[in-house]
Amino acid sequence: MDNSRIVEIWVGVFVAIGLGALFLLAMEVSNLAEFREQKTGYRLLARFSNIGTLKVRSPVKIAGVTIGRVAAIHLDPEQYQAVVEMRIQPQYKLPDDSIASIYTSGLLGEQYVAIEAGGSPEFLEDGDEIEITQSALVLEELIGKFLVKTTEESGPKE
Amino acid sequence: MTAPLQRLGAASLNVFAKLGRANLFLALALTGIPEILRRPGLLIRQMYVVGVLSVLLIALSGLFVGMVLGLQGYNVLSDFGAEESLGVMVAASLVRELGPVVTALLFSGRAGSALTAEIGLMKATEQLSGMEMMAVDPMKRVITPRLFAGILSMPLLAGLFTYIGIYGGYFVGVSLLGVDEGSFWSQMQAAIDFREDLVNSVIKSLAFGVIVTWIAVFEGYDAVPTSEGVSRATTRSVVYSAFAVLGSDFVLTALMFGE
Repeated sequence: MDNSRIVEIWVGVFVAIGLGALFLLAMEVSNLAEFREQKTGYRLLARFSNIGTLKVRSPVKIAGVTIGRVAAIHLDPEQYQAVVEMRIQPQYKLPDDSIASIYTSGLLGEQYVAIEAGGSPEFLEDGDEIEITQSALVLEELIGKFLVKTTEESGPKE
Repeated sequence: MTAPLQRLGAASLNVFAKLGRANLFLALALTGIPEILRRPGLLIRQMYVVGVLSVLLIALSGLFVGMVLGLQGYNVLSDFGAEESLGVMVAASLVRELGPVVTALLFSGRAGSALTAEIGLMKATEQLSGMEMMAVDPMKRVITPRLFAGILSMPLLAGLFTYIGIYGGYFVGVSLLGVDEGSFWSQMQAAIDFREDLVNSVIKSLAFGVIVTWIAVFEGYDAVPTSEGVSRATTRSVVYSAFAVLGSDFVLTALMFGE
């Protein structure tokens, strides 16, 4: 009788430790805490002519602070522009003349949406669109422009 | 002329017969579920043998695997000036792959082989037939509790392995090598998705639990009832488990993370 009690206690400890480890993994290691905020935030739209390697769940930052995530990306079939849907945490209000740009974190890092707040007294609301946007820089385009420029400069001299 | 063909045919028939026996065996073992619900003591006893006694091995292995990941990851990442991504690397590799897979391999060596040997010996010493004589179904009394003890223990052990492994990586990376603590955790949290990574990791470990325990108890039950037969069954149990875990890991990874 006593022996089986000890066994039961140890199994109880084992199950508690195992479930505790899974729970702590969810809270500490994954984005579960953020997960809830993501559902409560409000939606904003922005159109870009090129989004580079922006993905769903990429961060949306203002002054380097993450205030939301990209929720969906799809193509506008008429204007051939990428429409990026973002979820912004509700405590952050953005003026309606804010500018959305796509930047890269670090030299090789992932891309994110950076927002520069404007000065308008009106705030963007759920479902509104950010009008002024700046697309991602594509390395090949930059190199192409640079080459064209250098050949133009060196051309007439010779 | 036809002899090689005949041997091939006989070998294939053997494999299929064994697969069929294994599936019938699993179906029969599942009919014992009401029995373990009625007498949870049987299950708890086996969870002690299979789960609790594996905790120390799993915890220590997790710690060392995490520490090695921290060291190796730091060496490679510092070449690119990306030491801050160490947390992502350690956590992603542990949560997605190493946690479930290494736990399953250790589990088959620690608990699976013991299950096979125990059931095989029960068969060799005619304890199973003895139970039948006393109108006790050995399937419900012996096999089902062991099967479910293994299936329930695996995700818990894998979770423990992963958690301790991440702290092993944290210890080496942050405490010894001086990676920034804030970015270690924040980049990890930004990269590890609850649904995509963690839930899939638990599903994987549950699937491996089914595979490893099923193979272990079936090999024991199907063993030739001699001492040599039991020793062979124990070897087969570990070898087949390793193959099945690694093979099904590829399939599961392709289904979960493939695009």
